[in-house]
Amino acid sequence: MAAAPVDLVDFDEAIAKYDPVLGIEVHVELGTRTKMFCAAGVSFGAEPNSETTPVSLGLPGSLPVVNGEAVEYAIRIGLALNCKIAETCRFARKNYFYPDVPKNYQISQYDEPIAYDGYLDVELEDGTVYRVEIERAHMEEDAGKNTHVGGDGGRIHGAAYSLVDYNRAGIPLVEIVTRPITGVGERAPEVARAYVQTLRDIFRALDVSEARMERGNVRADVNLSLRPTPESPLGTRTETKNVNSFRSIEKAVRFEVSRQAAILDAGGTVIQETRHFHEDTGETSSGRVKSDAEDYRYFPEPDLAPVSPSREWVEEIRATLPELPAARRRRLQADWGYSDLEMRDVINADAIDLIETTIAAGTSAAGARKWWMGELARTAKEQDVAIADLAITPVQVAELQQLVDDGKINDKLARQVLAGVLAGEGGPAQVVQDRGLEVVSDDGPLLAAIDEALAAQPDIADKIRGGNLGPVGAIIGAVMKATRGQADAGRVRELVLERVNGS
Amino acid sequence: MKQRKLVGMSTISEDEVARVAALARIDLRPDEITRLAGELDVIVESVAQVSAVAGDAPATSHPLPISNVFRADEPAPALPVAAALGAAPQAEDGRFAVPQILGEE
Repeated sequence: MAAAPVDLVDFDEAIAKYDPVLGIEVHVELGTRTKMFCAAGVSFGAEPNSETTPVSLGLPGSLPVVNGEAVEYAIRIGLALNCKIAETCRFARKNYFYPDVPKNYQISQYDEPIAYDGYLDVELEDGTVYRVEIERAHMEEDAGKNTHVGGDGGRIHGAAYSLVDYNRAGIPLVEIVTRPITGVGERAPEVARAYVQTLRDIFRALDVSEARMERGNVRADVNLSLRPTPESPLGTRTETKNVNSFRSIEKAVRFEVSRQAAILDAGGTVIQETRHFHEDTGETSSGRVKSDAEDYRYFPEPDLAPVSPSREWVEEIRATLPELPAARRRRLQADWGYSDLEMRDVINADAIDLIETTIAAGTSAAGARKWWMGELARTAKEQDVAIADLAITPVQVAELQQLVDDGKINDKLARQVLAGVLAGEGGPAQVVQDRGLEVVSDDGPLLAAIDEALAAQPDIADKIRGGNLGPVGAIIGAVMKATRGQADAGRVRELVLERVNGS
Repeated sequence: MKQRKLVGMSTISEDEVARVAALARIDLRPDEITRLAGELDVIVESVAQVSAVAGDAPATSHPLPISNVFRADEPAPALPVAAALGAAPQAEDGRFAVPQILGEE
């Protein structure tokens, strides 16, 4: 079913007239070994319904028990987001009827989240930093997975029936909710994307989730509203659900700005509703009218005791927090002596780990950057692959630079070696040997080439003898050509001068 | 949890009964809605008296003074798929088959 045609206002025009306000909810699936409230395993791609227990199926008489590891992960996330950790908090039942929630309620947290009142500094590509206020981070369980069958092409309206897999039901989630993000203007799409990206990096650094967007480990719901000026009260917001790639987050925000501006321009009112994002068109379409919180009839979960993390435990967890990505980037930049611009390029190219490993393997910071951000970044772009997926390892890059440093190859030859490695011809040393790329270190062939070049241009020798060193370059060039680039230019220069002036 | 402050005469309207019934997926006839509106009124009035006596005392959700009842993160055998699907009226491809869902995401 195609979305009905929608009036849109050009994004820049919309931003000139309205002030956008964002709110983002991010769900992250925790990487525990078992579910939130029962000991069923959680492996990706398992046979449908092979990882369930009476608890995750909501069978009568079953009782949930909290996974302590998941609580620790939630506290880690809360601390990394500069949140306060609740002295005590409860779980609550969120009641709704949908087949992916077999109990007819989801166990979540309502008015007592485990973490609250935090912030996250989000850096955009040009280095601008926005502070996003975090309202809360709470624990809950994931729902099962519906597959819609029949009807018109599997879309839900008109689906004849659905199939449900409860492997995902009960996987621990932490939901992170921002306060309204204001003052972002035309950078709203970028800020939304950078926020989720920064969170993803933090989840990985904390080792609380694999945080793979494409597997749905991290899912974002994007709230957006427009208002005439930054002083106006907040406008009516829409919530675009399950926007599951960084690019889609930007697109969804842009689309909603354009759509809502068109409605407001026409004197209409934006309806508070859930909207679906369509990956293929970059558009959103109306879902259901958003329930107010009361519709979920939240009440404290009577089957679970409150969670009261002792201050000692919280401090213990705080003490073991790893260095967070932003701090790590600052430290590495200082260590490596890269400029802001150089560092940003490295980050955007996703080459930070590669360069770090290359340096650890013995290459200088400048050398590592030269290869990864030069030839290799270019190749990755040409082949349209992630730089980390190129057929070369940081250790091989370090070996390559070592060959250059040892004078075995020069930079020009090194590029050919690189091409050989990328083409799967083996490591750098192997390629040098197989392709015969080592610089000519034996003076014999060099002298022969020099004599030949000098004989071809007899006036040059006189000029050099007369003290004019300019033409030396011409001879070096001729020698390099004769040796197919396999000569050490410095050595050739020495030999030319010796030949002309000496003996 | 947020508590409804009940001051003086409470009145549960038939609309409210119908709405709550719909949320709980309880199918009520009009005469039942009328009767329940009256009955719920009495119940709410009674609870309001307790609230008046309790003053600002916090609501008790968990009467026992226990917290932090945790399980170690160790997998235990899951239900066999056949057992998991055993109570399902219908199943297909190892999954529960459920009726068509309308008006939801």
